[in-house]
Amino acid sequence: MEISDFPVSYQAYGELNADKSNAILVCHALTGDQFVAEPHPLTGKEGWWEIMVGPGKAIDTGRYFVICVNILGGCMGTIGPKEINPETGTPWGLDFPVITIADMVRCQALVIDHLGIEKLFSVIGGSMGGMQVLEWASMYPDRLWTAIPIASAALHTAQNIAFHEVGRQAIMADPDWCGGDYLNQGKKPVKGLAVARMAAHITYLSDQALHRKFGRRLQERETFAYGFDADFQVESYLRHQGITFVDRFDANSYLYITRAMDYFDLAAKHGGELANAFKGSKVRFCVISFTGDWLYTTEGNRRIVHALNSVAANVSFAEIESDQGHDAFLLDEPDFERVLKGFLDGADEIRAVETGKE
Amino acid sequence: MVPDRKAIRVDLQLISDMIEPHSRVLDVGCGDGTLLDYLVHFRHVDGRGIELSTEGVKTSISAGLSVIQGDADTDLKDYPDDVFDYVVLSQTLQAMVQPRVVLENMLRISKHAIVSFPNFAHWRARLSLGVLGMMPVSKTLPHEWYETPNIHLCTIRDFVALCRDLDIVIESQKILDSDGRIRSVSSTLFSANLFGEQAVFLLRKKNG
Repeated sequence: MEISDFPVSYQAYGELNADKSNAILVCHALTGDQFVAEPHPLTGKEGWWEIMVGPGKAIDTGRYFVICVNILGGCMGTIGPKEINPETGTPWGLDFPVITIADMVRCQALVIDHLGIEKLFSVIGGSMGGMQVLEWASMYPDRLWTAIPIASAALHTAQNIAFHEVGRQAIMADPDWCGGDYLNQGKKPVKGLAVARMAAHITYLSDQALHRKFGRRLQERETFAYGFDADFQVESYLRHQGITFVDRFDANSYLYITRAMDYFDLAAKHGGELANAFKGSKVRFCVISFTGDWLYTTEGNRRIVHALNSVAANVSFAEIESDQGHDAFLLDEPDFERVLKGFLDGADEIRAVETGKE
Repeated sequence: MVPDRKAIRVDLQLISDMIEPHSRVLDVGCGDGTLLDYLVHFRHVDGRGIELSTEGVKTSISAGLSVIQGDADTDLKDYPDDVFDYVVLSQTLQAMVQPRVVLENMLRISKHAIVSFPNFAHWRARLSLGVLGMMPVSKTLPHEWYETPNIHLCTIRDFVALCRDLDIVIESQKILDSDGRIRSVSSTLFSANLFGEQAVFLLRKKNG
């Protein structure tokens, strides 16, 4: 199925220079959006990567033109299941076509075309954003200098798919999901979506991080209530995560995007050999993983590195020590920041030399 | 940051002198990237590194070098044949689990290999072991036996024998004595093995 003439939302920071050579595309993760470095319009919370993106930050908006596109299938302005299907005049719902990570990347490329940028200085993303980075490097190797997949994977494992399936089943089991037609029926599967978020949120944190944050501490009480209220702080925290999530995210979007991630297997698209996805690539890669990330492990990230090595691609790889779990890439990790900034600065220097020669 | 580029160690300088400008180089066990940085900036090589320590990797990448976190025992096998002109293994051979396999892999993926290592047959080591009856501890072998990462120490004579076994041609060899002076090339194997505290070998495949 093809869709055409559809809306795409993006945010940009910094200024595009005269020869349009300083653009960086940041790819957001499953529940992220284009509001990288400014307060979120719905929640008022600070941008999801303000720690990394901004003036003088590792991804320096004083120097680079940073673009972030709300992904295809998302729910912050880009076309997705909650937008209106022009043929019916009602929200797409489950009539929206199933999408892939490659579709998201093609959609981003349209925005980059629109901005008149031939070659991005870098494409950077964590988690699902990293999958887009890998797909970018594979689909458009001549349109980027550097690729930085962070805490990512070249395929979704059975465990990854299993966790997503729990989330989807939670949404679909909510009677207010209405077989996907909730928007037309004036309902919202808030409970199902909240449970999906709660389950997913656990996978973003490490055991140590949860223990440090909450331990077995009780929520506003001295003893157990011997019931099913949120006795423990960790329960209360998860419930809060679930409830606030539904205010800013569409349940069907969650189904479509998690599905796109499950279908992702870059090697399968290239004859079962991941290396084939990067053959002859001139892109400089920097793969980054975190020790405490059990969702997208160092081992999985290392497989990407091995594939890149086997085609003699230019690759750097660092495993950052952190016990914060998968979410480490969104948090204050000085070593991570140092590697990211150092890599970008170094690559910029090398590019200046290379382009000067041309 | 990478230390002052002019101040690289004598053995690193020796290695650098063996490398043709503008070649493709992989530095295995590149540490904080000192040699790699020097090679990239002064010999204009296309340089890559492998390093085990997180600190070394962070420092190297932050300095703009292409370095992956990994180790020679497991990560060399992924590279295709003949992608490099030189693979450097500086003061690391003796810490490898399978030094022989590592050496074979180095010459599979590269035209040349440059290997430097501490010589366990240096007279001081012999004195320590032969007369004092204790494991040697020196500038090039700084660890006590119970905490050394060096699990496969060898002598210059051992290394030459291994090269012969593997059909590896020794293109040149440099010996450093305990004062860090380069000993004359005319040294016999006997005296090199006795007076060389470290050795640097430039190798290639027999028909390469």
